Amino acid sequence: MSNPDTTRQLPIPAPHMLDMDSKPQSPYRVIRPEDAESLRTTRSPSAGQLDPMITATGLVKSYRKHKTAVPVLKGVDFVAPKGRVTAIIGQSGSGKSTLLHLLGTLDQPDAGEIAFDGQRIDCLTARDRDAFRNQQLGMIFQFYHLLPELTLLENVLAPAMITHGLFSYLRNRKLVVQRAKDLIDMVGLSHRMKHRPRELSGGEMQRTAIARALIANPSLLLADEPTGNLDHESGQIILRILRQLNQDHGLTIVMVTHDESIAQQCDSVVRLKDGKVERLPPAPLRTTSDATRGG
Amino acid sequence: MYKFLLCMRYLKTRWIALASIVSVTLGVATLIVVNSVMDGFTTTMQDRMHGILSDIVLETRSQTGITQPHDYEERIRARLGDRVAGVTTVVTLPAMMTFQRNGNSHTQQINLIGIDQNTFASVSDFSKYLLHPENKKQLDFLLKNNGYAVERERMQPSGWEYRAPMARYQKVVQQRLRNAQELEQERFEQLQQKIQEEAQAADGSQADPVAALMAGPGIQIANNAQQISQFDAEKEQRTGIVLGINLGSIRGREPDGTVQDFFFLRPGDDVQVTFPNAGTPPRGIDEQFTIVDFYESKMSEYDSTFAFVPLEKLQHSRGMIDPQTGAGAVTSIQIKLKPGVDLNEARDALRDEFPPTHDFVEVRTWRETQGPLLAAVQLETTILNILLFMIIAVAGFGILATFFMIVVEKTRDIGILKALGATGTGIATIFLGYGVLLGTVGSGVGVVCGLLFVWKINDIARVIEWITGREVFDPTVYYFDTIPTIIHPYMLVWVSLGAILIAVLASVLPSIRAARMHPVEALRYE
Repeated sequence: MSNPDTTRQLPIPAPHMLDMDSKPQSPYRVIRPEDAESLRTTRSPSAGQLDPMITATGLVKSYRKHKTAVPVLKGVDFVAPKGRVTAIIGQSGSGKSTLLHLLGTLDQPDAGEIAFDGQRIDCLTARDRDAFRNQQLGMIFQFYHLLPELTLLENVLAPAMITHGLFSYLRNRKLVVQRAKDLIDMVGLSHRMKHRPRELSGGEMQRTAIARALIANPSLLLADEPTGNLDHESGQIILRILRQLNQDHGLTIVMVTHDESIAQQCDSVVRLKDGKVERLPPAPLRTTSDATRGG
Repeated sequence: MYKFLLCMRYLKTRWIALASIVSVTLGVATLIVVNSVMDGFTTTMQDRMHGILSDIVLETRSQTGITQPHDYEERIRARLGDRVAGVTTVVTLPAMMTFQRNGNSHTQQINLIGIDQNTFASVSDFSKYLLHPENKKQLDFLLKNNGYAVERERMQPSGWEYRAPMARYQKVVQQRLRNAQELEQERFEQLQQKIQEEAQAADGSQADPVAALMAGPGIQIANNAQQISQFDAEKEQRTGIVLGINLGSIRGREPDGTVQDFFFLRPGDDVQVTFPNAGTPPRGIDEQFTIVDFYESKMSEYDSTFAFVPLEKLQHSRGMIDPQTGAGAVTSIQIKLKPGVDLNEARDALRDEFPPTHDFVEVRTWRETQGPLLAAVQLETTILNILLFMIIAVAGFGILATFFMIVVEKTRDIGILKALGATGTGIATIFLGYGVLLGTVGSGVGVVCGLLFVWKINDIARVIEWITGREVFDPTVYYFDTIPTIIHPYMLVWVSLGAILIAVLASVLPSIRAARMHPVEALRYE
């Protein structure tokens, strides 16, 4: 479990730090619990009018088990607006993870369309989908999914290694490594750079996974129950980091969770039940004073 | 980049895979050792086989042989042109060698070969196998004083140093025999006279047939003794003969275990050779020869049957010299080609020149003469290679199984990599690269082990002898002091490439499986 000292002094990068071309200075803002209580962005009261980051229409997906098709999604429509945090909530088996996998192009729908920033992504070739996942998307998982053979730094670098070929990677090595170090710094793990995942706590592993998801500077982060396997405190740290990323860099986040309290902190909530979106009267949006946001 | 990194990491952390590669290592090492030893054996054997054989032989089986050898020689030179390095004519025939040892007669079957000592050395390595240093330069069929292979203690003394005292000793024995005979003759004559006188006194008859008959052998013995004394073995030699070393010695062990040749014949001894003459029907001829040297080609087949005598002597004895022209017939013509000339092509040209239907001559290369043996060795090498590659192939299945295990174990990692955007090809490359790496490491270690083994093979053989108490290579059988080995660099390259290829092939299936894994299912894998 993470050290309380570290959690309190979690550095959040200034916008330029996620920009590969500029040198890092260190105007680290220390994140405090009172800084951001909610994952809700505080700018606009009308979420529906924002440009959609990713939309899904009429998604149908079923899995085959012993020749009988088990329907998981039965026509799901979903919109995640740009710069917002969207929660997908539902009981286990309701298809929320499947929806996230479909959004992340890890799987393909039987029917329906998915568009990322206005572009269809469900009918891309396998190679294009791989490239899309690699460059446009960050993903974090309940079980962190770090590579046990690699050190923390190498894990964070892995997507960049996949992007670049051997020589191109070696050419860009300095920049990429610097960026990875900045990201690790941001999640407060610079003292753990050379450690293997099994030497880290769950919270630290999830923070590493976040750093890994951000290495390609994606505009969308998909999180599959990021706190599902963590104790409350570690979970809060993760949520705080996500919140900060959203606020400071306008990162669009789609988060699957089964925890109502986490869902309530998000800008919008999509409820799934038995493979369909549950229509509920929208929760009243809390309006706070608008902070100026970069972007 | 990640492929390379993960390959290296898997190599470092998955020791079980290294265990599976040990079989590749062993297979490669064994292949190298076996090939080196077999090559060493074959090469040494071929050198020895070829040693006293010329490249190509023209042979006839007719009693009279080739009657115009010079005509043939000219035709050969005309046909082959500057490819010929040397030509010589020989007479070969089956014969029987007899000699006395310890009062017993010993008989041995030999191949008697009449050679032209001036040209025979030009067609084969014959002269370098002779024991006397002067004979190595030029063979003259004359007995030397001494100096026959001075390092062989069991053969000393030999030459005139051996022949002269032996002849003197024989003379003394003969002299004593003669003295005894004369004494006996005297006594016999006295007795005869006495009997005659008694008989005359008794009835006056003239001659007694029994007594005349008994006088016969005594006279004959005396005549024989007379004949021997005409040839002075102390100072004279008979026609020279060069024997294969196994014809005059037995290979055995001293009481302390060292291998030695025990000589029952030495240069300086006389042997009697019986061979057929060229008449019809052939009749046996006896000739006495003096051993003037031994040769040792270390090819037991040659060393225990071949005996060389001067060509003219043999032609003369057999009646192969045409009384009108004075030209001697031969039974075969041996040809040496210049290095690099295609043996079979030259043979075919000669077969064309001397068609078997017309001249009744057979044209053979030395390889054909030893064909069955060479073919057997070749077959043995091929089969061993196939068997050992089977072993590596078995190792390949071990790798296949291990790789499947690793792929299953790494299912989640594969899912993670796919989620991070790695392509199927990329993931397949990880495991293929892993196979290449393992194959390279395995065959690399195997090559090093194999080379070390070959390098120290004689020491290893000694250790094995010490452990098992049995000699690995019995020098009385193999004529090797050390195990001959030859390492061909190409063989090393082929063996390593083969092993790596097998490792890669074994990793293809698991790689495909890894590449085809569904990312979601892989991520869910526990």
